Amino acid sequence: MIFKVMAIVAGLGLALAGSAEAQTPRKGGTIRMTAPYGSSFTSLDIHTTQRAQDEIYAKGLHRSLYIWDSAEGKPVPELAKEVIVSGGGLVYTFKLRDDAYFHNGRKMTADDVIWSYNRIMDGSKAYPGARYVRIIEGAAEVEKGKAKDISGLKKIDDFTVEMKLTEKVDPGFYLFTALTSIYPADEAAKDSFIQHPIGLGPFKFVEHVPGSRIVLERWDRFYKPGKPYADKLIVSVMGEAAARDVAFRNKEIDTSVLGPAQYVAYQADPDLKGTIVEVAEVFTRYMGMNPAFKPFADKRVRQAINYAIDTDLIINKLVKGKAYRATSWLPLTSPLYDKTMKPYPFDPAKAKQLLADAGYPNGFEFEWTTSQNESWGLPIVTAVIPMLDRVGIKAKVKQVEAAVLSEVVRSGDYQAYVYSQQTGPDPQAALKCFHSATPQTACNYMNFKNADFDKLIDEAGQTDDSAKRGQLLQKANALLYEEAPVWFFNYNKAVMAVQPWLKGVQLNATELTHQNVEDLWVDATSPAK
Amino acid sequence: MLSFLIRRLLQTIPTVLAVVLLVFALFSVVPGSIVSTMSDDSDPQVEARMKKQLGLDEPVYIRFGTYIAKLATGDFGTSFRTREPVTTMIAKRAWPTLQLIFASMAIAVVVGVPLGFVAALRPGGLVDSAAMVLAVSGLSLAKFWLGLLLMYLFALKLGWLPSFGYGDGGGKYLILPAVTLGVSPMALLARTTRAAVLEIMTADFVRTARSKGMSETRVVKWHVMRNALVLILTTVGLQFGALMGQAVVVEKLFSWPGIGSLLVDSVLQRDIPAVQGSILVVVLFFLAINLLIDLLYGVIDPRIRYA
Repeated sequence: MIFKVMAIVAGLGLALAGSAEAQTPRKGGTIRMTAPYGSSFTSLDIHTTQRAQDEIYAKGLHRSLYIWDSAEGKPVPELAKEVIVSGGGLVYTFKLRDDAYFHNGRKMTADDVIWSYNRIMDGSKAYPGARYVRIIEGAAEVEKGKAKDISGLKKIDDFTVEMKLTEKVDPGFYLFTALTSIYPADEAAKDSFIQHPIGLGPFKFVEHVPGSRIVLERWDRFYKPGKPYADKLIVSVMGEAAARDVAFRNKEIDTSVLGPAQYVAYQADPDLKGTIVEVAEVFTRYMGMNPAFKPFADKRVRQAINYAIDTDLIINKLVKGKAYRATSWLPLTSPLYDKTMKPYPFDPAKAKQLLADAGYPNGFEFEWTTSQNESWGLPIVTAVIPMLDRVGIKAKVKQVEAAVLSEVVRSGDYQAYVYSQQTGPDPQAALKCFHSATPQTACNYMNFKNADFDKLIDEAGQTDDSAKRGQLLQKANALLYEEAPVWFFNYNKAVMAVQPWLKGVQLNATELTHQNVEDLWVDATSPAK
Repeated sequence: MLSFLIRRLLQTIPTVLAVVLLVFALFSVVPGSIVSTMSDDSDPQVEARMKKQLGLDEPVYIRFGTYIAKLATGDFGTSFRTREPVTTMIAKRAWPTLQLIFASMAIAVVVGVPLGFVAALRPGGLVDSAAMVLAVSGLSLAKFWLGLLLMYLFALKLGWLPSFGYGDGGGKYLILPAVTLGVSPMALLARTTRAAVLEIMTADFVRTARSKGMSETRVVKWHVMRNALVLILTTVGLQFGALMGQAVVVEKLFSWPGIGSLLVDSVLQRDIPAVQGSILVVVLFFLAINLLIDLLYGVIDPRIRYA
């Protein structure tokens, strides 16, 4: 299934892509990226951390079985030369590359792949990548301590691995993130690995200054001829948007993620407008409603909330246009996004009518759990409250930390919450979260149960016809719109400023900061050595 | 003096224990745990295994006892998040934090003390008024805002200094964070010095010295300065502790690789061993500095004895 990403590009985004193709990449130079999501990297063991922050450096250091191809908008094999599907779509045979060398000079073999996946499934360590590797038969048994090795993984020879899946899914969607990076089995077991990680990526580890930066340099034995282009990659930790702004204007960094306020400022500045690159990321922001709370058990109440909120106003005024209006669950860059679907219009009268029909003519009161997040948290909740109040619904705010919110969401200990959830790139996985068999602790956070929806998802999982699967999933997405288990708020618009000398930036809808760095290059105007 | 030193060292033990207990108690009641931040999707069985592995399934008092027993051997535990020994993590961060704090304090002392002194010698004059406006401003400025202003001026507009980072271990990278952090103690020291000098200038022993015909320079040097130093030293000692706390904001703003940013991230991710280790190091540093200040009192003022 090949599809084109519906990347929304503005400013230099198109120019960047175009010019990168037109010009001959220059060898040498230093790429200076920033990690904007906190004040440090969590760990140099990328298996242990699911933060987007850490994957920025990991794209240079490590490689997984698949890689995300932003131009195609899908995962493609990276460490395998050939993938043969058999067994009714459940058995994948990977003919591995025989030219992939770890940074210690040893060639990657099938043993490394099997060792890495077994490691990720060690349940006592709760590696976050386990949720992806769990698609391999027998992986869950290893996770629960009932088996030592994943039974669904078989070494055929040094460069061939057979993988048996538990269900008919494209393993590429599961095995492309850095959480499932392939480690060198001999080195990664040593304690020293965490201080000096070794991977298969285009750059090798040089230095980590905790809380400040990671420095990588070109790995000359990288398997893609002529790549990487740059000599060095520096990823600086810069959690403060204002500090990034100064550093970017001062030409000290090559990339900077922009928040809503900066987005407006950069658009208004003729010198900076051309540096903006934007893409609709596969994240849906929403207010989840707990059906165990009586008013929310009624579909009409949930729909009323969607009608009562002037979502466009909030996106334009509060989020400064740095988001796309959500029409249903699957985001704009999903291959199954339905362009014909229209969002719930702002219609307070209809909201009142629906509330009256549901037996709440005078409204009701609920508690709304939120974090401080500026794009979808407390500021949004504060703006929505008067809108709900106008139709008689009173919302009380319960503010919690981000770490607590994720716990609240999974435990179901809420009446309503506002959240940003990954809804791609695999539409099947994103929709499966609403299947009644999916536990709340996994991703069915609203404990959604609907027999018709389950049927559609089950049928989509069983069919070998990809077109039919797509239709079934789109129907399921439309059913979610009708059932309105959430207030459909927005899809994230990721915005990054990129210096004009940095070329080859990819519009990665899974996370814009995650760049296949071997494709990046800097021209001679870069001020970095 | 040795017995004084031993006694003071022994006195630190209950302080450290109290801090450790407090942190333990806080983190046992604060909602959110490392397990929930590790993965968006894990089943309860796996979470239970992980809690067991991390020792989080034990009652708080058992965990506290285990931690204290390890601490007695110098083992700060292993980070839940990075799986590294906490001592290793702190060791990597300690030097940048010390660089930042000592540089900030040096700026504060070198600028603040003379400023306060000069202001006190001509109370109500132009220098005094200007110095006190500067001091009040320094105390009032939010560090985050001041840091951004300095970045904007010295990095972006003048191009003299880098706006962020650690470079090859400080150097020119240290200047802006150190100034940002040092402005507040500088202002406080200027005010404290001024107040102390003004008070001492009217003291009986100063009047006596003058009446004996001692020159004003000698009066200031031998009587006023030495006596003011005790109060200045006390302020410096307390400010060291405050700087450790305030460094969190500055380190984050300037991407400075210190203990402050480690502490913030560890708290947000509920990495209890790393939080405890970081706080403990801050407390030990504060106690050590204050012990040093106490010892210096005796050097400055011979009337102070270590009884």
